[in-house]
Amino acid sequence: MDEIPYAIKILIAGGFGAGKTTMVGSVSEIEPLRTEEVITAESVGIDDLAGVEEKTTTTVAMDFGRITLNDGLVLYLFGTPGQDRFWFMWDELSLGAVGAVVLADTRRLADCFPSIDYFEQRGTPFIVAVNCFDGAKQYRTEDVRIALDLDDHVPVLLCDARKRESSKSVLITLVEYVLQRFSGELENTSEVMA
Amino acid sequence: MYQTGQHAVPDGAGPLVRPYAMTHGRTRPSSDNFDLIALVVAADVPTPTVGLEPEHHVVLRLAQQPISVAEIAAHADLPVGVVRILLDDLRAGGCVQVKAPMSVAKMPNTRVLRAVINGLRAL
Ligand SMILES: Nc1nc2c(ncn2[C@@H]2O[C@H](COP(=O)(O)OP(=O)(O)OP(=O)(O)O)[C@@H](O)[C@H]2O)c(=O)[nH]1
Ligand SMILES: [Mg+2]
Repeated sequence: MDEIPYAIKILIAGGFGAGKTTMVGSVSEIEPLRTEEVITAESVGIDDLAGVEEKTTTTVAMDFGRITLNDGLVLYLFGTPGQDRFWFMWDELSLGAVGAVVLADTRRLADCFPSIDYFEQRGTPFIVAVNCFDGAKQYRTEDVRIALDLDDHVPVLLCDARKRESSKSVLITLVEYVLQRFSGELENTSEVMA
Repeated sequence: MYQTGQHAVPDGAGPLVRPYAMTHGRTRPSSDNFDLIALVVAADVPTPTVGLEPEHHVVLRLAQQPISVAEIAAHADLPVGVVRILLDDLRAGGCVQVKAPMSVAKMPNTRVLRAVINGLRAL
């Protein structure tokens, strides 16, 4: 099956309206696609949708895009569906993922807490990209780091999700960070990231 | 797009009457679950002339080039669960090849990560 490339994925998370779909769209080589997963209460499990008595179905929509990196490697970007209610979907999405970008909107910084908690608990490497919305107060990345109580090693950077170059450098920062962490684990060296 | 909650089935099978019928009442594939980014490509064999629903043919047409499960679902406008069942049939019949994604989280691979960085830089 050598002719079939390998697929990998990165998640784009963050609060409602933080710019997830915009970021997927700005770097994707295809128009962002939408796929739906129909979930029955049975598969939702006990930790979600508490109090569901009967079998009900819910539709979870996910946005995603694609970047062909080379002949043998395709990267998929998934905008995570709404926080809080669809954690089981996040479990499926984060399984095997390279890592995650948490988009922070400085007007509603606390909205990305659930994403950060989730990735921290799961051990999924993530970075925080502060989306610079027009009219929003400009923050320094250090202020955001403190406000979000992030570990020192978690990269924080400013971005504009509408701009391809900006979204590209966010993704590169994430993968360099993941590489640095893996290199640290595997080769016991920490200075891979220049 | 399928509307949820419009044709609820009393036994709780779910509202998706058409996909439910299309998949002969099965609600999940018999073998392993197809990852959203598993890549599928139609096998180089004659398409069977019997036993396939129109939706199987839609999937086969989409998979002339390698394509992910998520993309098939989006282009065919079918829920992912239905696509998984259709793919299970097609794979059982030797009509498609499926390649599981690379689990970067489970198998850290610095060579792959460097290739990702280079690929992104070159965009
Ligand atoms: N100024 C500015 N506007 C942005 C930026 N990113 C997104 N927007 C705008 O913010 C709005 C919301 O962006 P979306 O990409 O839909 O956000 P989302 O996170 O996908 O939203 P939901 O899926 O509804 O949670 C859109 O109108 C975007 O055009 C940015 O970096 N700067
Ligand atoms: Mg969105």
